[in-house]
Amino acid sequence: MNESRFATRSELIGILVLAVLLVVILPLCLDVFRLNLVAKYLTYAFVALGLVICWGYGGILSLGQGVFFGLGGYCMAMFLKLEASSVENTKIQSTPGIPDFMDWNQITSLPLFWKPFHSLTFTIAAVILVPGIFALIIGAAMFKRRVGGTYFAIITQAVAAILTILIVGQQGYTGGINGMTDLRTLKGWDIRPDHAKIVLYFFEVGLLFACIFIAQFVRHSKLGRILVAMRDQEDRVRFSGYSVANFKIFAFCIAAIFAAIGGAMFALNVGFMSPSFVGIVPSIEMVIYTAVGGRLSILGAVYGTILVNFAKTSLSESFPELWLFGLGGLFIAVVLAFPNGLAGIWGDYIQPRINKLIGARKPKAGWTDKSVADGAPAE
Amino acid sequence: MLIGHQPKPFLLSVEALTVSFDGFKAVNDLSFYVEENEIRVIIGPNGAGKTTVLDLICGKTKATSGSIEFRGKDLTKLKENQIVKAGVGRKFQTPSIYDDLTVFENLEISFPRGRTVFGALTFTRDAAVRERVHEVAEMIFLKDRLNMSAALLSHGQKQWLEIGMLLIQDPDLLMLDEPVAGMSVSERAKTAELLNRIIKDRSVLVIEHDMKFVEDIAHKVTVLHQGQILSEGTMEKVKNDPKVIEVYLGH
Repeated sequence: MNESRFATRSELIGILVLAVLLVVILPLCLDVFRLNLVAKYLTYAFVALGLVICWGYGGILSLGQGVFFGLGGYCMAMFLKLEASSVENTKIQSTPGIPDFMDWNQITSLPLFWKPFHSLTFTIAAVILVPGIFALIIGAAMFKRRVGGTYFAIITQAVAAILTILIVGQQGYTGGINGMTDLRTLKGWDIRPDHAKIVLYFFEVGLLFACIFIAQFVRHSKLGRILVAMRDQEDRVRFSGYSVANFKIFAFCIAAIFAAIGGAMFALNVGFMSPSFVGIVPSIEMVIYTAVGGRLSILGAVYGTILVNFAKTSLSESFPELWLFGLGGLFIAVVLAFPNGLAGIWGDYIQPRINKLIGARKPKAGWTDKSVADGAPAE
Repeated sequence: MLIGHQPKPFLLSVEALTVSFDGFKAVNDLSFYVEENEIRVIIGPNGAGKTTVLDLICGKTKATSGSIEFRGKDLTKLKENQIVKAGVGRKFQTPSIYDDLTVFENLEISFPRGRTVFGALTFTRDAAVRERVHEVAEMIFLKDRLNMSAALLSHGQKQWLEIGMLLIQDPDLLMLDEPVAGMSVSERAKTAELLNRIIKDRSVLVIEHDMKFVEDIAHKVTVLHQGQILSEGTMEKVKNDPKVIEVYLGH
């Protein structure tokens, strides 16, 4: 019973294996350049994690997670950009002390909404709150009116498109299509050299595990079961005395906040932020990571993200034109053949064999199926 | 058509209730009253508006005009979850249970505690919850299936599970939409027994086609036809009403 509050034994083992992989094996095996690539991949794992809760458990497909990834990333990038635009650094501009792209666009003073981003505390709060509140507004507007399913997915797509157009169009305030580049220091600490990349990698892994634990907690709470119940029989939940809209809003906000944390880590690890991580295509890619990993599996989402991105990097290096077709094909294949993704394959085919090999007594039905049934009382 | 003018206030008073879907009046100027601890059965031919009446009471469909008063509250102005909180429980026609959860979890979700987002996050499965779930599971003949996935239950067992989910809610007014439809003879008998046990201390509104079953349980019967009341009273009276025989019982 004590376990079911948070994680079952097999889940704890899974988390431990992932921790060993990310904290020990990868840093030992990879050079700093490759490790930084993994750090970049992991920023998407935050998004995938949120989608497991929102889409996998809650059944709310959002095709606009790039919006929240972008909002988080831009909040962080604004802070870093301001720090990189000190008066000494920008002496050659006609208005020193403002970001370079503003100067290029004939803006002569820092816009009002940029000013609070001088403070790191404000920035961290904004990374969480701006996307959180935005998701709350979209969620309340949609779910209270009972907009769901495909319609909701299309609207999130539209929001992603709108935000991209807004960012690109407001060049003077956002850096336009180039985004915010040349980010240098965090409170005077240079984020570009190798040792900083390593520190940031471990910091990110720490944050990722914090998010995994939050996701585990949500899933094993009654709220997690209500999300599953809502996916099956929305009306039954409604007529059992729950406000279905509020639960959907909650799931959507959690997913948005996770995505935003990923976005902020992206700005730190990669050193820039641009609208190409906000729009429709990246948003759909993020859904594919989750689908490949297994939309019902918290850990599967992390593995799925790493693997798809790894494939993307290696394949797009050798066959740049083919990659997008490969990604599309992968998505179709997963949806048709393995609806529970890698986690499903693991649970249905690999784990039973391992259990047989070690001679474990109780063969379990499957990783994903089991995860739902494990909340049952121990008797 | 008003029956039962006692000084005791009614549990549920439906007055001049009308709902129109694009001009078609599925329920037309309907009035009826349900007393405390009364079992009322609604019968009528297909399309008479029986299910729509339940939909209106539980808030699934919004009324065009008229009022539904329950314990002094006007239900037409409340949201679905507020209506549940006020004490109205509803079973759907097809069994609506959560296939991906276990029988225990199905029942637990209906336990009337932790219904807000925060409440659900901090909900703990304590002794009171477990006791109540076991108690109800025993009543609905599913005591030894608590850890089973609800998807694996038979049709009849799913119906019982949904009735059990309503019992955990402990509503003052229980609305059942064809609780024995699609059940085998033995399941039917068991369900009648179950219903007879759970109707104590509450009012029940049942839609049913099975006349034998209706006769067994009904205190009073309301016959609906084309969204209006055709006849109302005891089963004996309704059965002998020539209008009822013509439109419904005759064939």
